[in-house]
Amino acid sequence: MDQRRRDLLCIMELEFAAIDLNLFLDTHPEDQRALADYNAVSQELMRAKMAFESRYGPIMNFGCGISHGTWRWVEEPWPWELCFNREE
Amino acid sequence: MWIYEKKLEYPIRVSYTNPRLAKEVITQYGGPDGELAASLRYLTQRYTMPIPQAKAVLTDIGTEELAHMEIVAALVYNLIKHASVDEIKAAGLDDYYADHDRALYFVNAAGAPWVASYIQSKGDPIADLHEDLAAEQKARATYEYLIQLSDDPDVTDALRFLREREVVHFQRFGETLNLVHEWMDSKNVF
Ligand SMILES: [Fe+2]
Repeated sequence: MDQRRRDLLCIMELEFAAIDLNLFLDTHPEDQRALADYNAVSQELMRAKMAFESRYGPIMNFGCGISHGTWRWVEEPWPWELCFNREE
Repeated sequence: MWIYEKKLEYPIRVSYTNPRLAKEVITQYGGPDGELAASLRYLTQRYTMPIPQAKAVLTDIGTEELAHMEIVAALVYNLIKHASVDEIKAAGLDDYYADHDRALYFVNAAGAPWVASYIQSKGDPIADLHEDLAAEQKARATYEYLIQLSDDPDVTDALRFLREREVVHFQRFGETLNLVHEWMDSKNVF
């Protein structure tokens, strides 16, 4: 697997943790431990996304990320064009 | 407002062209218990939820279902993108091909198009949340049938992830229903 896929996998793992904690917090908004976990994961996720974006272009649109040099948002691959097969 | 993220929620692997499996999996794109129905159901029910936690749960699960719709679409896309017309005919996907080529369209496994009557928005939070609990169980059951039908371990891996999320959503909707009941008891709403 190439470095770009590995970096993206790391973001996917962090964001999945954030999604699951977010849903849990929606019905347990007073849970301080889950909230601390959510905030920690979110900070790590933001850092990982910024590092990814500086190498490969924006991962989010509409002002949620910066594009260096040229408008790299239009660059392929789009998510459905990217498989994570073991040999790739 | 929604922001697009240029990534899937879960990494997919597709081992080989398999229009037969695509024909089954597409039901979770546009079928009665699929991800389009799920996302639209929750995102339209949220407006009349009486308590803030329920508005948050329906917004967030509805949004996650959009991400699941995208995973299912990516699976179908990759299963048929290199399929020859002969392979498509052999898989029984020729009727679909006549109208859509290898494009994505919202149909169930038998080719019937998505209809709004798959979902309801009742305005009664107890009725709506019970529908949502049932919807999660039906989606879970569909993923189990698809796992039985799958002959591609990599596709099965993604189907397992999606099945697991339905179990989590069911859990969160159950907690939401309890919170709405507590709110009603405190307000003496009948
Ligand atoms: Fe779900």
